[in-house]
Amino acid sequence: MSLLLEGVSHIYGEDTNLAVAALCNINLEIPEGQFIGLIGHTGSGKSTLIQHLNGLLQPSHGKIYFNGKDINEKSFDRKELRSKVGLVFQYPEHQLFEVTVFQDVCFGPKNLGLEQKEVEIRAYKALKQAGVKEEQFYQSPFELSGGQKRRVAIAGVLAMEPRVLILDEPTAGLDPAGRDEILGQIKKLQKETGITVILVSHSMEDVAEYVDRIIVMNKGKIILDNTPKEVFKEYKCLEEVGLAAPQVTYIMESLKEEGFMLSAEVTTIEEAKQEILSCFKK
Amino acid sequence: MLKDITLGQYYQTESLIHRLDPRVKLVGTICYIISLFLVNKIQGYVIALIFLAIIIRLSKVPFKFMVKGMKAILFLLLLTVVFNLFLTPGETLISIWKLTITKEGVRVAMLMAVRLSFLIIGSSVMTLTTTPNHLTDGMEKLLNPLRKLKVPVHEISMMMSIALRFIPILMEETDKIMKAQIARGADFESGNLIKKAKALVPLLVPLFISAFRRANDLAMAMEARCYRGGEFRTKMKPLIYQRADRLAYLILIIYLVICFLAGR
Ligand SMILES: Nc1ncnc2c1ncn2[C@@H]1O[C@H](COP(=O)(O)OP(=O)(O)OP(=O)(O)O)[C@@H](O)[C@H]1O
Ligand SMILES: [Mg+2]
Repeated sequence: MSLLLEGVSHIYGEDTNLAVAALCNINLEIPEGQFIGLIGHTGSGKSTLIQHLNGLLQPSHGKIYFNGKDINEKSFDRKELRSKVGLVFQYPEHQLFEVTVFQDVCFGPKNLGLEQKEVEIRAYKALKQAGVKEEQFYQSPFELSGGQKRRVAIAGVLAMEPRVLILDEPTAGLDPAGRDEILGQIKKLQKETGITVILVSHSMEDVAEYVDRIIVMNKGKIILDNTPKEVFKEYKCLEEVGLAAPQVTYIMESLKEEGFMLSAEVTTIEEAKQEILSCFKK
Repeated sequence: MLKDITLGQYYQTESLIHRLDPRVKLVGTICYIISLFLVNKIQGYVIALIFLAIIIRLSKVPFKFMVKGMKAILFLLLLTVVFNLFLTPGETLISIWKLTITKEGVRVAMLMAVRLSFLIIGSSVMTLTTTPNHLTDGMEKLLNPLRKLKVPVHEISMMMSIALRFIPILMEETDKIMKAQIARGADFESGNLIKKAKALVPLLVPLFISAFRRANDLAMAMEARCYRGGEFRTKMKPLIYQRADRLAYLILIIYLVICFLAGR
């Protein structure tokens, strides 16, 4: 289930005088099973890029391949693609419409033409995976809090059992506890099922703990694409484009400048703690 | 798909016509429409065409862009032409089965087609060169005398500007929700009419909810800024006629006179 982008560009409003080049010449390979963080400043083209991955937007130039097949070919089965590449939009709670939470989550699998029984099994599983409490299953989705709605909306996509799960800022507007919980659940799911996850965010801090690869975008281009450790080493470059490495990186850098013998290979607070403790023990 | 509708949409660029006072453009459009219905000789239409062509040229809006908006009402135009062609009584030209085309019919049909397309293009020039806010501002000021007759002019124009303001927002919202549901496997295109109507539920429910939420937020925001209706409200940028506007009125009058003299 690999995705391959070749020279993809996207221009909004191409034949008006307000044309915006949102993506320029993106080349990208996304193999199966990776947990990827897609990071960029506001307006850098993240949302535009991910909408190409399940065929919601067509590139102005370039090609996108899913398992070696061009997804914008006429004969390509888009519906199949959309069941394999699940996309959770920014503020997904705005897409809820059903009478109960459970029915809303059933919407996706039902559209896949599955049997009622299978639909319900999937919905139940997805709600559990997204961390929705059982007593909320038969409530109206509009009575839930923002964070709970978010989980329901994520479950709505999980119920389609995609092989690639893309989440556009799933934690925007949530408190730190809610954020860690949702991201933790997604990480767990990814480990258990081996799906590919692409997590869009504009905060390094959010994703550093979870991802194995970070793609940094700026003005429609990919400027860095590497493991978190390597990306954070370029923190000067990140600052130039209005981003920042996690705070631990800065602390470790300062400590090193003060002459402490620390390794640079630290990305999370937990690792930093271990590193500093072991330094003092020496 | 929704973006193809250009009728009533603003086209942003810098031009003489864009800078005119919205009142001039409103009055001008109304006068132009009246002139179209007053003249009935070919010379009159030639003058109307030249006038329109000059205005379009000055507005710097690509003609292609205007024609794109025309497509939406092409059907209406055709319908009018066909009805007039066949249903006008008079001297018979051709008769096929029960349908007859009369000499008068051809004339009226052609007249209607020309009038309608000039009318539509003429008024779209106004909307393409004036922001909705400006337009309602101009309308409010023009209708101001009606206040004496207890017509709630300010309220009407406020409602209009809010409605106009919400159109692009709701279009964007529709687009977003549609995409989100398509990503969940929704299908808005295939199937028969009933199936299509049913498929709209996942789109309309969130759309209505978001419209209500936005309306609520807006009302709250207006209240928080002490909005109390039109009474004693001053404007940051009041509409004041400039030299170009007076000149435009003069040109308009000249056009009307020529059109009237040549076209009657
Ligand atoms: N529907 C649209 N029509 C025209 N331009 C658009 C549209 N959507 C996005 N853009 C433009 O494309 C560029 C990239 O937008 P995009 O939504 O992909 O950014 P983003 O990285 O997701 O930002 P954010 O972090 O704010 O979500 C922006 O300059 C934006 O103005
Ligand atoms: Mg975005």
